[in-house]
Amino acid sequence: MLNMTDIMETITMIQDENLDIRTITMGISLLDCCDSDIDRSCEKVYEKIHRCAKDLVKTGCDIEQKYGIPIINKRISVTPIAMLVGASGGDPVKYALTLDRVARAVGVNFVGGFSALVHKGFSPGDKELIESIPRALASTEYVCSSVNIGSTKSGINMDAVRTMGKVVREAAELTADKQCIGAAKLVVFCNAPEDNPFMAGAFHGPGEPDCVINVGVSGPGVVRAALAKASDDCDLTEVADIIKKIAFKITRMGQLVGSEASKRLGVPFGIVDLSLAPTPAIGDSVAHILEEIGLEMCGAHGTTAALAMLNDAVKKGGVMASSNVGGLSGAFIPVTEDAGMIEAARCGALTIEKLEAMTAVCSVGLDMIVIPGDTPAEIISAIIADEAAIGMVNSKTTAVRVIPAIGKDEGEELEFGGLLGNGPVMKINRKSPAKMIQRGGRIPAPLQSLKN
Amino acid sequence: MRAVITVIGRDMIGILAKVSTTCAEANANVIEVTQSVLQEFFAMVMLIDIEKMNCELGELQESLKSNVSGMTIHVMHEDIFNSMHRI
Repeated sequence: MLNMTDIMETITMIQDENLDIRTITMGISLLDCCDSDIDRSCEKVYEKIHRCAKDLVKTGCDIEQKYGIPIINKRISVTPIAMLVGASGGDPVKYALTLDRVARAVGVNFVGGFSALVHKGFSPGDKELIESIPRALASTEYVCSSVNIGSTKSGINMDAVRTMGKVVREAAELTADKQCIGAAKLVVFCNAPEDNPFMAGAFHGPGEPDCVINVGVSGPGVVRAALAKASDDCDLTEVADIIKKIAFKITRMGQLVGSEASKRLGVPFGIVDLSLAPTPAIGDSVAHILEEIGLEMCGAHGTTAALAMLNDAVKKGGVMASSNVGGLSGAFIPVTEDAGMIEAARCGALTIEKLEAMTAVCSVGLDMIVIPGDTPAEIISAIIADEAAIGMVNSKTTAVRVIPAIGKDEGEELEFGGLLGNGPVMKINRKSPAKMIQRGGRIPAPLQSLKN
Repeated sequence: MRAVITVIGRDMIGILAKVSTTCAEANANVIEVTQSVLQEFFAMVMLIDIEKMNCELGELQESLKSNVSGMTIHVMHEDIFNSMHRI
């Protein structure tokens, strides 16, 4: 029999501590939509996504009602569009507009997969797609884009890194009148996972089934609340144990919702992504967990160690709770989406250099960081290269999502609203990496890649 | 299949009666009720059988909310508690 304490614990988590399912993401393969005529190809894309995902939002809402747990986002990820562009040729923006139209028609929050995988080199489709990203993001509302420029197995494609510096800037410039939102929907990856349900980096990898349901859970608020209830005398081993127990409970819920959605939609269940994903809402911050562990403010010395423990404990707790864990699975540190990080960045406690160190031990990378509007493209490229190097050497996913705030400088802020939040323009190191970036070529795969 | 109804708020006369009546109208059988009143604070957990219910859980929650105003009411399928608290 259920006992009252357990029931009240679950209800408190949902009602007071912002526990939710962050996203149900349906991955759809578009490989069978390829056509040598781009217009025909777009028609097939629209038809297939509409057919697979027409009930996604309604199913999500029904599950919300059945279990009383909010499901914040319903999203779609698709095969990297560069593969379709390779077959069809033509202007890739047509695909972006098609994705935007179908996203609107089925009612999802975002569609990810305007992507290219170029960690070892470009195909013609990749080049055309990357070149069109800024225009695609400026002319659509729901489309998200990502480019994988490196991997542990293949090294870092520095030609792609050089290009992406320019693309990020241009994406911001073309949307300067909309808070540079274009750059907030563009992620540059190293070791991109093929089954990530979180935006803006979600795409449906070529090794995935035709259609699949992936779930991303959330719950920084729950972890913080559990630590707040614990005694100050707990040592860090006990703190890690508390986090593990909570991560287990959160993930079990993700597993339940994912398997229910997969059953109702008649689509196989892929993975649960165990990430702690913050939102700008009060009490839903990863930075506040670190502060609860015992730091005066996120960004203080000790932040990296605390984050490493948090990230590891979340995985350990979550792994047993789910039959298949995947995606990014760890703690996210997107600055503008996290109330505690915004505050720490505003007062200068949290710097880009510290964030870079943090990305070596957590699940993603330099995420949602606002940089000065006059940052040259080669500095953005160099930021990407540094982050990719951390990912490549440590066999982990890293990513860069920086937003050049066009026309703004340090001290000013960008305001995206919603889950993307807001944040101050952060200080960057302006010494020039131009010569290195101009060299291009490939950084060879590290020794770690030779595992066979 | 069973669901859990929780009702929390300031105590007043007739809460249990109104909740049970609404359940009966939805053809949901009450299996177990735990209720406590601490000072003026009312908390109730009710387990119901929803096998033969004539509406969706969401609709039951809506009618409970309109029949018992001023209270925080949740209606949730029991699986969420089982999956979270039982291995």
